[in-house]
Amino acid sequence: MSKEHSPSFWKKYIFSVDHKIIGIQYGITAMIFLLIGFALVSVMRWQLAFPGQPLPLFGVLFGMSNAPGGIILPEFYNQLGAMHGTIMIFLGVVPLGVGAFGNYLVPLQIGAPDMAFPKLNMMSYWVYLTGGIVMLASFFFPQGAAQSGWTSYPPLSNIAPVGQTVWLIGMVFLITSSLLGSVNFIVTIVQLRADGLTFSRLPFFVWAQFITSFLLLLAFPPLEAAGILQLMDRLAGSSFFMPSGLVVSGEALQISGGGNPLLWQHLFWFLAHPEVYVLILPAMGIVAEIIANNTRKPLYGYKNMVGAALFLGFMSFIVWAHHMYLVGMGTTMSNFFQITTMIISIPSVILLTCLLLSLWGGSIRFNTPMCFALAFLPMFAIGGLTGLPLGLTASDIHLHDTYYVIGHFHYVVAPGTLFALMAGTYFWFPKITGRQMSEVLGKIHFWASFILINIVFMPMFSMGLAGVSRRLWNPTEYAHAQPTQVLNVVVSYAAWGLAIAQLPFIFNLIWSTFKGKQVDTNPWKATTLEWATPTPPPHGNFEREPVVLRGPYEYSVPGQREDYLPQNAEQ
Amino acid sequence: MSAEIKWIDKPHPVSGVTNGKLGIWLFLASEVMLFGGLFSALVLLRTGADSWPVGHELLNVKLATINTLILIISSVTMVMSWASLAMKNLSKYKMYMAITVILGFVFLGIKAVEYGHKFEHHHFPSTSIFYAIYFTLTGLHAIHVIGGIIVNTYFLFPGSKLWQTKPEMFTNRIECAGLYWHFVDLVWIFLFPTLYLL
Amino acid sequence: MSATSPEAVKKHVRTYITIFIALAILTVVTVWVSTLDLPGPAAIALAFIIASIKAGLVALFFMHLLGERKIIIAILALTVFFFVVLTLLPQTSHVVVPIIP
Repeated sequence: MSKEHSPSFWKKYIFSVDHKIIGIQYGITAMIFLLIGFALVSVMRWQLAFPGQPLPLFGVLFGMSNAPGGIILPEFYNQLGAMHGTIMIFLGVVPLGVGAFGNYLVPLQIGAPDMAFPKLNMMSYWVYLTGGIVMLASFFFPQGAAQSGWTSYPPLSNIAPVGQTVWLIGMVFLITSSLLGSVNFIVTIVQLRADGLTFSRLPFFVWAQFITSFLLLLAFPPLEAAGILQLMDRLAGSSFFMPSGLVVSGEALQISGGGNPLLWQHLFWFLAHPEVYVLILPAMGIVAEIIANNTRKPLYGYKNMVGAALFLGFMSFIVWAHHMYLVGMGTTMSNFFQITTMIISIPSVILLTCLLLSLWGGSIRFNTPMCFALAFLPMFAIGGLTGLPLGLTASDIHLHDTYYVIGHFHYVVAPGTLFALMAGTYFWFPKITGRQMSEVLGKIHFWASFILINIVFMPMFSMGLAGVSRRLWNPTEYAHAQPTQVLNVVVSYAAWGLAIAQLPFIFNLIWSTFKGKQVDTNPWKATTLEWATPTPPPHGNFEREPVVLRGPYEYSVPGQREDYLPQNAEQ
Repeated sequence: MSAEIKWIDKPHPVSGVTNGKLGIWLFLASEVMLFGGLFSALVLLRTGADSWPVGHELLNVKLATINTLILIISSVTMVMSWASLAMKNLSKYKMYMAITVILGFVFLGIKAVEYGHKFEHHHFPSTSIFYAIYFTLTGLHAIHVIGGIIVNTYFLFPGSKLWQTKPEMFTNRIECAGLYWHFVDLVWIFLFPTLYLL
Repeated sequence: MSATSPEAVKKHVRTYITIFIALAILTVVTVWVSTLDLPGPAAIALAFIIASIKAGLVALFFMHLLGERKIIIAILALTVFFFVVLTLLPQTSHVVVPIIP
């Protein structure tokens, strides 16, 4: 570890090995990708609301091959859909939740000077950025980006244009970045906790990141394997996913056959189910920290929450085929996965209930981060509850691949995880910059987002129950989808409104960095170790290694002068 | 000045391991799942197939047996290179590490001969599902062998300078490199009978 | 294992040679077994058992898993469990249970 006293600009800000700089790099990059992903679906929403109508202003910018005369072609619509999902999940939410918040906060919250492998940390960011650029570049290849859904099911994805190959290469970069990061997180949390910081005194946020890292470590490699197999199919002419006798556009394919499309589905969902817990766990961690702090009370049922999260992580590996109920799997397999899927809802409910009960008897401060954290609770509840009819085959037969599914998972990720990430941004902004974000703009951002996001996603449950399939370029082609078409218009306007509602947030972020109200090192009067450092924390974080004397949520302890007792405060 | 990152050279008092050792084992766990994904592909495709060729009729068992023994010997020389460092003998370390690297190249050479024979007879991944899984599994394994050779060569030449300043740290690094190399051997121990003998 | 004394390491060296001989013998055995033309399931089971023994020897002795810390063993146990799940669970689609009327 070099101890240069004045590193060059490049070493200090660009190729930094400091976890805080890397966390900020991840944060800025991920937020830009979130905006790009939002932009993609905003274009899709036009086609869904006004099928076949030319998109005003922007339509012609997409060129003749994507939107001749501004009318979005089905092939382009499919690219937008596949890349919206890919970008939001792999380039947006996870890098923000794990790469940004995890990287910045975990070493601070455990009292460590940095991550265990700082150079590996830096590498994982640059590999992520490379993967992201590769993904974006795929739009500019002949016939465009991947267009077989973010799920890339063969045989369709096998015969898709070259953009699919670029998607696979991009995924290899992203999976590599994730693997490097998860090793780093686990070693850091196991090895570098400060003196006195036993596992039972860890902030719940750190537990969440710890479990998330195990999910990433063990679940991603099978998808990498699947990616290798699909690359072999597309580049070396193998038939891993191509059954014998496949006919495309009237012509029999000249391949060896013998492959199985379900092989891809098994390998893909083996990752993609734990992936959804990767999406939610850091968010729950953030919400837990903010709720404890803004109720001035310890979290309710900390031990139960940790146990539930560990159980959730373990179970997440054995529920994946509930995404595959309609492949003809037979009752033995579907019974197994229905049972495990129902069981996995239990730890989710325990976590949500503990967070809810944490509010009871609290002195609640309704600042902007707390508003987002509170909203997370009912939003995640709706998302979770709507997962139940999907997890049982009797109802899933009707709801699979409809808008009900889209409503379900967006509720968990959008007003769920994304709200938690915004809460975290408002909450930790003062630690990163020494300034507070504007409360006025924050409240405007919150209320506008909360109202509009529900208008965007709630109607989708109705559409799904009416049988409207997902990924349709023009739903009105089907008679059964026509009665709900008016909802598509409502949803689209709400979605565009939601985009505009993010402007106060973006403005607030940038403006407050330079002109926000300056605050001290612990403006929220919080107990966890990141608030015990100078602001911003220097290289190496702590002047002397902290000694932890108590748990992470010693708020309103009877007999104390203040209503909070920091973990390392000497008495 | 701020605290340094701890437990690089000495094991952590509770976990009992150094950061590097924990890190490499975690990485190997992910590699188990990577080859596991391909292995489960093989199982799914094979059980779903009407007929499956017999490995030893299509593939060169003699060459693969030699390769199996080559890798096993290289595992021995790899662990001996670490043991030499633990016994403070740098020149013995260099000898064993050099043999390990050479054996790695021999493995790749024999593999290249095998692949060459297959291509000569127009057997490619596109020929059949059996050849597809054969080339993919052994190909990915070969890529891991190349990776190991690169790491080992680095530790044989420029990397070995660390011995002069931090011998314990260097010994730990060789132990970690050894764990990776043994894993590569371990994968082949399963691949060999699965592809060639069944 | 950086705290191991040179004397202890010398003892390990004898073990390494013994294990190598065992591995070489098992390699020959597994090739020989494959020439016996056993029925499918038996051949697979036997090959897998022999491979597992060989892998176990490499893991326990060359990779020092024998006597390794609990945390490493725990991580590996978890990994092996999920490996087995990934390999075997998709096979349950071949199992058909009749619907009870």
